[in-house]
Amino acid sequence: MSVTLPDAEKVYTDLLARLKPAVTGETVMVGIQTGGAWVAERLHRDLGIAAPLGTLNISFYRDDYSSSGLHSNVRPSQIPFDVNGKRMLLVDDVLYTGRTVRGAMNELFDYGRPDTIDLVVLVDRGERQLPICAQFVGATVTVPKGAKLDLRRDDSGRLSLHLEEK
Amino acid sequence: MRNPQLNEKGDLQHLLNVEGLPREHLVRILDTAASFVGVTERDVKKVPLLRGKSVFNLFFEPSTRTRTTFEIAAKRLSADVINLNISTSSQSKGETLLDTIDNLAAMHADMFVVRHAASGAAHLIARHVAPHHHVINAGDGRHAHPTQGLLDAYTIRHYKSDFSRLSVAIVGDILHSRVARSLIHALNILGTPDVRVIAPQTLLPTGVAQLGVRVFHNMNEGLRDVDVVVMLRLQNERMKGPLLPSAQEFFKCYGLTAEKLALAKPDAIVMHPGPMNRGVEIDSSVADGGQAVILPQVTFGIAVRMAVMSILGGGS
Repeated sequence: MSVTLPDAEKVYTDLLARLKPAVTGETVMVGIQTGGAWVAERLHRDLGIAAPLGTLNISFYRDDYSSSGLHSNVRPSQIPFDVNGKRMLLVDDVLYTGRTVRGAMNELFDYGRPDTIDLVVLVDRGERQLPICAQFVGATVTVPKGAKLDLRRDDSGRLSLHLEEK
Repeated sequence: MRNPQLNEKGDLQHLLNVEGLPREHLVRILDTAASFVGVTERDVKKVPLLRGKSVFNLFFEPSTRTRTTFEIAAKRLSADVINLNISTSSQSKGETLLDTIDNLAAMHADMFVVRHAASGAAHLIARHVAPHHHVINAGDGRHAHPTQGLLDAYTIRHYKSDFSRLSVAIVGDILHSRVARSLIHALNILGTPDVRVIAPQTLLPTGVAQLGVRVFHNMNEGLRDVDVVVMLRLQNERMKGPLLPSAQEFFKCYGLTAEKLALAKPDAIVMHPGPMNRGVEIDSSVADGGQAVILPQVTFGIAVRMAVMSILGGGS
């Protein structure tokens, strides 16, 4: 099956436009490492969010630890604000099974109790295994079941989508 | 022969000693520990990795700090922790070490943290247990204390970052110190160019230079321009026969005072694995001074033990 992937930069621009009306002075943002954190860095800057950007590494919350072990290259999560009572935008690059988002929410609640969490994703590829949906989606894509859809960032900061078929 | 710490896929199954630990495993433990330092600064200091697992602390030798930090580390990983004070239990009734282990395995233990006065005790247990069990050596005789060596390496990396430029002096009772041995191996694996030991001849193991260290008997020579000073405790309980004239005499020659520390680099850090004997190996003004990082070592020790347990406890 041949798949045409959308231009990630164009998708980003659409996502940014959709988010603008939803952002207030109270909004805080957290990106999931690593791809989600790249998207979040850009959104955080382009939306002019006042509170510093948070990043999450969900390795300690993954549900496949007992079968796959601890993922290497664990970089620390950093939440540089009090999450209690905040209206939060949680950002990831690709929404797939929903397991990463579940892990991220479990971790966030170990920092406190946010008022709301809205999920922001650059692309939604479907194939959910958990009852999770995104409130803000840049684009919906259809890719072969089980294929690996990756976001990459080049030296100039330009984002692009890549597909690895199994 | 396969490294007894690794399984057939090359993953870490047990942590028995630093010697022979491949560099990538050592670095991975330190990197993972850095993430756990962040966890211990949060409101909720727990992560769910070892939920439903049982960690048995088997201390055949008394210990407060090591046992407590292993217990905290396991609890912060959400494991159930069972502390066994073996000196008051079955072993004193004649049960063998491996029978004790078999009984605990039948109680569905997942991980054993073992401290024993006999060198090689943790190895013996690791060879005996089924592949889904994990053994962590928390100190065996004079042989090894790998998590202490790793937390010392973590502390040095935290303050000094680049091992390839460092001079590290380890001072005192090297002969009885499993801490010294584990740290020397860790420093060698991490590529530290200048590792020194400073001690009287009677407190040095034979062939110590073969560990890849420079030997000094004089503090004024050995401490010159070092970046890190690691003081060791005089282990009176392990000494058989007189190795030293007196504690006072030892302090005069090998105790770390502010004057002697001034020979090291101005930003040198001072470490001690604890428990400290003030006035024997270290002067109070140094132990409480601005260059001492002895209490951060304890805090980092929890994160390092969390890293080791979480790497061992995951599937592969």
